[in-house]
Amino acid sequence: MRLALGVSRRALCATLLALIAASLAPPSLQAKEWTTIRIGTEGAYPPFNFVDSNQQLQGFDIDIAKAICDEEKVTCEFVAQDWDGLIPALLAGKYDAIFASMSITEERKNAIAFSNKYYQSPALFVADKKNAALVPTPQAMAGKTIGAQSATVSAKYLDGVFAPAGAEIKLYATQDEANLDLASGRVDAVLADKVVMLPWLEKSPDGRCCQMIGADVNDPKYFGEGIGAGLRKDDPDLKALIDKGIADIRANGAYAKINAKYFPFSLY
Amino acid sequence: MTAADFLGSAGFDPVLLDQYGPSLLRGLRTTLALVAISVPLGFALALPLAFVRVEGGPLLRAAATGFTGFFRGTPLLAQLFLLYYGAAQFHGALQAAGVWWMFRDAFWCAILTFTLNTASYQAEILRGAAQAIPAGQIEAGRALGFGQFGIYRAIVGPQALILALRPLGNELILMIKASSLASVVTVVDLMGASKRAFSGSLDFEVYLWAALIYLALVEIVRRIWNALERRMTRHLRTA
Amino acid sequence: MSEALASLAYGPDGWGDELLSGLWLTVRLALTALPFGLGIGLGVALLKDSRSWTGRLFGEAYTTVFRGLPELLTIFIVYFGAPRLLSASVAWTERLTGREPSGFAAAVDGFTAGVVALALVFGAFSSEVFLGAIRGVPGSQREAAESLGLSRFATFRLVILPQVWRLALPGLTNNWLVMLKDTSLVSVIALAELMRQSDVAARATHEPFLFYLVACLLYLGLSGLSTAGALWLERRAGRSFASAARQG
Repeated sequence: MRLALGVSRRALCATLLALIAASLAPPSLQAKEWTTIRIGTEGAYPPFNFVDSNQQLQGFDIDIAKAICDEEKVTCEFVAQDWDGLIPALLAGKYDAIFASMSITEERKNAIAFSNKYYQSPALFVADKKNAALVPTPQAMAGKTIGAQSATVSAKYLDGVFAPAGAEIKLYATQDEANLDLASGRVDAVLADKVVMLPWLEKSPDGRCCQMIGADVNDPKYFGEGIGAGLRKDDPDLKALIDKGIADIRANGAYAKINAKYFPFSLY
Repeated sequence: MTAADFLGSAGFDPVLLDQYGPSLLRGLRTTLALVAISVPLGFALALPLAFVRVEGGPLLRAAATGFTGFFRGTPLLAQLFLLYYGAAQFHGALQAAGVWWMFRDAFWCAILTFTLNTASYQAEILRGAAQAIPAGQIEAGRALGFGQFGIYRAIVGPQALILALRPLGNELILMIKASSLASVVTVVDLMGASKRAFSGSLDFEVYLWAALIYLALVEIVRRIWNALERRMTRHLRTA
Repeated sequence: MSEALASLAYGPDGWGDELLSGLWLTVRLALTALPFGLGIGLGVALLKDSRSWTGRLFGEAYTTVFRGLPELLTIFIVYFGAPRLLSASVAWTERLTGREPSGFAAAVDGFTAGVVALALVFGAFSSEVFLGAIRGVPGSQREAAESLGLSRFATFRLVILPQVWRLALPGLTNNWLVMLKDTSLVSVIALAELMRQSDVAARATHEPFLFYLVACLLYLGLSGLSTAGALWLERRAGRSFASAARQG
């Protein structure tokens, strides 16, 4: 028994090492004619992408993607995927493009490519009205608990700037869950995109608890150069197609129409 | 040769290890704390539960059966969501009752859920073990003038515990694995730390480190438990 | 309260139909994984029982890994790792056989990944149950069969296997109940099974307590049905032993 177990661990190591080796093998390049684009999105980030009560994906990201596909005469198929897994699933070939309000950052560029930006928005701290006097600086937030959605630019910013100064950072799978915990007082503040938090503060029943504190946050080191579609690096022709689509819908007024449907101000 | 060199030479990425290794180890500490607190608490709760299930009156017995049935028949993930996000709906009432501090903190909320869950499984194990003790021994105890409590303390208890040792060890290992669910309610345990490392690095390798750490942990606990079991059953191995 | 109950209604305004479709997917996941898991379990049990040293080694390694890993981690590894493993092994084969690289990129959808992960774990736990059952058949029967001139394989197929089923049934029932609950973990890879649908509904309606409670009750129902089914199966499998075994 003891012998068998001793050796079995070695076999296990070998298996795992083989798995690692396989996962490090380089991907192959190929040219492809795009007629159908499979699009990954989160579906839990209103008003940019969410599932309505008829189980349909809706939102700004979805409308923009559909407009681009219409304009470039390709078929769009949507796939819902948890935020955490969006980039890994893109790399694993589960879809071809991400339209999920993803910020274009240097760090993400190591793994994937981005289209040109299709909108831009600063981030914002939101806190309970009881804590309205809170100043969102790293020093003042020491010892406080701050929530954000995991794997977002806000999360990276909190980890990089506020955690070292002594704030506790809680990361959630979805923005909704972070907001829920803000409303119930489990976190002292939440950092997230301004255009997502403003409608939540104004319209959601939970949002009444809270208000924005401090000024817009847009440290370029963390917040990048806007929101773009995430793409695999080995699909340059798809990037060209989507970039052209963005430019075309900007030019022909389709973008402005979608913008007006969701926000009374320009997002671009 | 340092541990990092060794892992590096085994095909692991040393830069990645340097960046995320420490946070994984901190996560491991949280995992150990989750298990080390909830499993003994669960045991303390399982003892009366099992006793009630064997000896309680019809009402108490039904309550205990319902309790253990609910926690054994539903997924731990659903229980965790129910107690974490479900509780937030009543935070006013919980605050008034003075228990919100426990529901407020994800770590303690996870401890509470795990404790209730493992208590149900442990109670079932203990009940099974207690009922495996031949009825003749209990009758003999009664004939010798032992009270109900005395019979459990002196006759049924010690033997049932030995019978329950192996399944309790399995339950401990299941809880080590199940503790990884705490990561879905923001607790940064080993699983949570590796999820953070994965979303930061997008390198699949971090999940393999987590896998190796969990396997090592389970194997170590299994061996310690086996040694413990051998020690405690020494007197039974005469032949 | 009546508003909350209305959110459970069937149809476009309520979440009843979504929950039921989630429940159905949960059942399909578990039922699809079951035969694969049983196959793996029996196969691995035979390996662990085999005379071959490498067979036993592989069997033990398999069980150690898939029993020891948290199911959540197994699901992540299968979902994110399997496509790379598949693509890489195709690329390797092509390189080894000197063919043009086809650039094959494997895609594993959530359902497949969930079924594979559940079957791997079910197989690991069930191999122990099968092994116990195989060893539970008295050795004298094996000797008797051999003395009748039956081959090792025929002995296994005709004498051991029919009894293994009966002996393994209680253990397998237990594993099935565990797997039924483990399907909830597949929700983390965005498969719209019961847990996921309850999640979506809880967020959309701001009634997390209600929807998670309903999810729990539905799982409880599934467990209850399974237990009843298993009892019926056990009674059937034990039929021929009824008179002899019930006495003991």
